[in-house]
Amino acid sequence: MDIEKIDRIIDKHNSDASALIQILLDIQSENNWLPKEALDRVSQQLEVPATRVQHIATFYKAFSVVPKGRHKVHICMGTACHVRGATRVLDKVQEATGIKPGETDLELKFSLETVNCLGCCALGPVMEVNGKAHGKMTPRQTTDVLKTYE
Amino acid sequence: MSDIPLQIDGQEVSAKEGTTVLEAAQGMGISIPTLCHHEKLEPFGGCRLCIVEVESRGWTKLVVSCVYPVEENLVVRTRSDKVDRLRKTILELLLAHAPDAPQLVEYAQVYGADKDRYEKDPSFCVHCGLCVRYCAEVKKADALGFVDRGIRKEISFIPEIAAKECNACKECFPLCPTSYLQAAFVLTESLAFPSSSAKSVSKA
Ligand code: SF4
Ligand code: FES
Repeated sequence: MDIEKIDRIIDKHNSDASALIQILLDIQSENNWLPKEALDRVSQQLEVPATRVQHIATFYKAFSVVPKGRHKVHICMGTACHVRGATRVLDKVQEATGIKPGETDLELKFSLETVNCLGCCALGPVMEVNGKAHGKMTPRQTTDVLKTYE
Repeated sequence: MSDIPLQIDGQEVSAKEGTTVLEAAQGMGISIPTLCHHEKLEPFGGCRLCIVEVESRGWTKLVVSCVYPVEENLVVRTRSDKVDRLRKTILELLLAHAPDAPQLVEYAQVYGADKDRYEKDPSFCVHCGLCVRYCAEVKKADALGFVDRGIRKEISFIPEIAAKECNACKECFPLCPTSYLQAAFVLTESLAFPSSSAKSVSKA
C-alpha cells in the first residue's frame, strides 16, 4: 500500500489522534490488512506512540496485521447451518481454495473464516462472500459460487 | 483539598481528598499486598491483589484499593476471611502463569496459596503492565507495549525504538515480577538489533 493512499486517509480525518480507530478501519477496508508501513505512518502523522497503534491493531478482530485475501469467505457453523451440513460445505470450500479457516492463499485471493451464526438460519447452510450471503448451499454449489470471484 | 475521615482496620484516620485507600493504609503503616502498583505510575488496578472490603452507608463491598479513592466515613477492612480467600485464589491463578516469581511465592506463603492448584500455563508475564507503563509514563520512550488481548495478550518491543533507547536504560528490568521482561528483551535484541559484539562473533 503506498504512502500517498495512507496519507489521503489520514488527511480525511484531519490527522486527528482521536480518529485512530476510524483511520485504521479505512486502511483495513482499502487494503484488506494493515501492513507495518501503514501502522508506522499512522503513528507518525497522528503523533500516537507506535505501541498504542500496535495494541489497537492487534486488539480488535476487525483488523488484520497479516495479509488477507481480496475475498473474505465466511462459512456459518451455527447450529442451524451445522445440522444442515455446514461441515461438508466447509470441507468442500477448503478443498476448492486449498486453505483452512484463518488462512489466506498465496495469491491473496481468498481468506477463509468460520463464524457461529450469520443471523439467517432459514437459509442454512450459508456461505458469505464479501458480505453477500449465499444460502442453501450444497457443497457442489459453493465451488460454482467461488468461481465467480476473481 | 479537605481531609476526609475514614476508618481502616479499626483505626480512625483522615486522608486528603483524592488519595486512594491503598495510599491511606500505607500512610498508617498497614501493608496491603500489591503487584501492579508503583508510586511513580498512574493507578492501574490490573492484578487485583490489593482487594479490600469496604463498608459505606450500610453496604459492604469488595473494591480494589489501589484505584479506590477515600470516602467520608468509609470503613475499610484490609484483611477478612473473604478478602484472604480471594487473594489466595488470585495468587493461585497468577502462580499458574509464573510459579517461581519470588514476590508471588512470598505472598503465597502468607495466604496459603497452592501454586499447583490450577493447571500450569507458563506464559510468565502476569500482565501487571509495570514495564509498559513505566516506559510510557516515566521514560516517555514507548519502547514496548501490549499486543493482542485476553489469554493471548503479550508484551512486545518496538524494535526500532528499543534499539535506540533500551541499552542505556533497562530501568524496567527490576520492576518485572517475573523474568519474562528480560527474556523478551534479549529475544527482541538478538532478532532485530544484534549488538556489535554479537555481530563480530557471528562473522568470525
Ligand atoms: S513482562 Fe513483567 S513487568 Fe511487563 S507486564 Fe509482564 S509481568 Fe509485568
Ligand atoms: S495493586 Fe491494586 S490491582 Fe494491582
